[in-house]
Amino acid sequence: MLTFLSRRLLASIIVLLLASYLVYILSANAGDPLEELRTSTAKNREALIQQRIQQLGLDIPTPLRYFLWLGGILKVFVGHFTLGDTISGTPVTSAVGSAAVVTIQLIVASVVLAIVFGILIGITTALRQYSGYDYTVTFLAFLFFSLPSFFIAVVLKAYVGITFNNYLGDPHVSWWAYVFIPLVIGAAAAGVSGGTRKFRWITFAVATAATLAVVAFVAATNWLVTPTLGAADIVLVAIVATAIALLVTILNTGLQNRKALYSALTAVAVGLVLYFPFLSISNQLNVWTVLLLGVVTIAVGALIGYLYGGFDRRQSMRNGAIVAFTTGLVIVISRFLRSWNDYVQYVANGRPIATVGSGTPNLNDISTSFWIHGIDTYTHLLLPTISLCLISIAGYSRYMRSNLLDVMNSDYIRTARAKGLNQRTVVMRHAFRNSLIPLTTIVAFDLGALLGGAVITENVFAWSGMGKLFTDALRRVDVNSLMGYFVVAGVAVVVFNLLADVAYSALDPRIRIAA
Amino acid sequence: MSQLPPIEPDLNEAAAGAGLGAAAPADQQSNFELKEVEGLSQGRIVMRRFLRHRGAMISAAILLLIVIAAFTSEGIDAAGIKIPGWWPYNYTELTTMHGSGAPSWQHPFGEDSLGRDMFAIVMRGCQQSLMIVFIVGVISLVIGVIIGAASGFFRGWIDTILMRFTDIVLIIPLIVLTATLGRRYGAHGSLILAVVLGLASWTALARLVRGDFLSLREREFVDAARVAGASPWRIMMVHILPNAIGVIIVNTTLLMSATILTESAVSFLGFGVQAPDVSLGSVIGQYQTAFQTRPWLFFWPAAFIVIISLTINFIGDGLRDAFDPRQKRALNKAARKAATAAREKARAGASAVDQTA
Repeated sequence: MLTFLSRRLLASIIVLLLASYLVYILSANAGDPLEELRTSTAKNREALIQQRIQQLGLDIPTPLRYFLWLGGILKVFVGHFTLGDTISGTPVTSAVGSAAVVTIQLIVASVVLAIVFGILIGITTALRQYSGYDYTVTFLAFLFFSLPSFFIAVVLKAYVGITFNNYLGDPHVSWWAYVFIPLVIGAAAAGVSGGTRKFRWITFAVATAATLAVVAFVAATNWLVTPTLGAADIVLVAIVATAIALLVTILNTGLQNRKALYSALTAVAVGLVLYFPFLSISNQLNVWTVLLLGVVTIAVGALIGYLYGGFDRRQSMRNGAIVAFTTGLVIVISRFLRSWNDYVQYVANGRPIATVGSGTPNLNDISTSFWIHGIDTYTHLLLPTISLCLISIAGYSRYMRSNLLDVMNSDYIRTARAKGLNQRTVVMRHAFRNSLIPLTTIVAFDLGALLGGAVITENVFAWSGMGKLFTDALRRVDVNSLMGYFVVAGVAVVVFNLLADVAYSALDPRIRIAA
Repeated sequence: MSQLPPIEPDLNEAAAGAGLGAAAPADQQSNFELKEVEGLSQGRIVMRRFLRHRGAMISAAILLLIVIAAFTSEGIDAAGIKIPGWWPYNYTELTTMHGSGAPSWQHPFGEDSLGRDMFAIVMRGCQQSLMIVFIVGVISLVIGVIIGAASGFFRGWIDTILMRFTDIVLIIPLIVLTATLGRRYGAHGSLILAVVLGLASWTALARLVRGDFLSLREREFVDAARVAGASPWRIMMVHILPNAIGVIIVNTTLLMSATILTESAVSFLGFGVQAPDVSLGSVIGQYQTAFQTRPWLFFWPAAFIVIISLTINFIGDGLRDAFDPRQKRALNKAARKAATAAREKARAGASAVDQTA
């Protein structure tokens, strides 16, 4: 393994070096870095041009200038690491650093969401292969593959963002929301549920009625404007957390495993008991304490499962931990929603869904609350995340579907069925886990590619991340910035490809890396 | 099991060996298909399956319609040849503005802010985008197949060098490579741009072809050809390439549908096709801010990008199904009916066994 890794690493470094040379030559020849100065009307034009030539070393032929740039990187060994100066004279390292932070902010949520939804949709379509639901989702996936990302981004920006903000100004749920949202959700639920015709109709009716009730609730309480009921929030939290707990238990162990069920319900109960104490201390929290609380929550959930004991303690523990986490998540979301009204009024001036930038400028002057900052990040992330997600979800769901179909047709699934395991155990324990293995590779590749910036999305939503850095650099023929961008993007691709290989061989014992 | 109609001995054995009702219908089905395609060449079978793929055929018809419309309406204006089209307006021509330029009978797609006819612009954009897609497809196909075939067939140091070279190109994000090249060569016309894009997009194809060649060169028929004294060139062209053609065609098609998105993204950013010429992406990039007030400037080109990409995707999907030997869904109606009947019978038999047990 170690030999394999070092060998791959060496090969990757050579490939990176050659690729960087190629990119350097290409970008240096992409245009004239002095163009804006040549057309400028400044009196000291000649001096400015001379200064830039001196500063960027433009009088040295490109094939040689590359080695100057490379020398800057190699100085990392003597502690003078530099990526050169940008065209405006500032160091590239700081520009790349801040851009990378913004890009990581942008992609993390979208990757997580894309994985979760991609897996969900992939599994359901595979289990209901060749049903109406499967065909619909397949067509939609093809459609999203074919949509240019800038189209999705621009449409989201103009319609979803602005329409939603207008709705908040005049909160009135129109008749079509009552008709279409319940019908679509009901049809999707019926498609997923499968079973006999009668069962599907029942699912359809129940899901439609439930959604209709939710829409009516939202309309009656103006939920989207003031998403809180005051102290009565705890009732909502209880309902949502219990529903999630039941769903998790059904998928994870089945309801007939009483100890697991009770651990889940106990975890929910503990969460509800701690709800008001949590609210009272919540104003003193910051990111790290919230994360710490999350870890504690998971541990408590596992402890509850452990205390219930029984013949298969680990199942109860796992179930308790997952449900504790989801319950904690519901409570935290509920806390965020309590700050929503303040945010809309004092920070966003009534138009919370942002279409530009990665955060409200100078937000710290208005409020330093963790919750307000969280909402601010969320509202700025929402549209870019959706536009990044939709295309990834289409890809992941197709991939997951074909993986699961492959696995479901394999011999060990037949064995599992033959020994009398029920559908849930076969799918969740045997098939699902194995079908995830190939997905890890794809996700790792995607992460590597995305760290190079979601060029289009960042441009449309004016996020100054890696993608924006690249397009700006290319527009001004700012070779050093562009190379700084390429170093991060290229290293990300190499590292994640390597990680993908390692993960694959770790997860699938059939794959052995030849040392 | 005894109710099953007589089938070929080996299949019969397999069905009996599986012993379950579920295994029988699949064999049944492939058996029906075997009968159906008896005596046809591989090419004919693939062709037949493709022609029966409804989604792919509808897509092909729509795509053909767009190609015809794009090239006849605006005429051809490339490499010095000028053939006028049937549409009265040219994409650079300024016409009289009608109000806000909303779609009307004279200008079905509307007019832009300068009074240019939007239908003419969109059709010209389609021409450019389609031409770029086609050229990129051809160039990637040629480079990808040559590099992939050489490294897969010869292995050894040729393979190492070619694959490391592929890695070098692959490690540079496609949008970076295309945008950087587009920034330099976009102004020289879309033909040059297409060639440049083609030089950047062949990597995935090369890897796939290499994989196919690596496994095919170990097969017995290649050994037989080698023993018979065939040259490497002949083995590659006559014995291996026809067997890899499915992978090549399918992936070239999918590459082309990805190219239309890449090209439009690059042009959207302003590094692709340059004014006064237009492509679908550059039109959208140009009008993205105007689209609150004049949505037709945005939605027509976007709709054509989506339709072209979607149809090419569906054609690719149809081709994949057609080339897939495990594919069983392209039975004709009669065969499908017979297969269903046999399956029902088998199921009835199986449940009868259950009840007696």
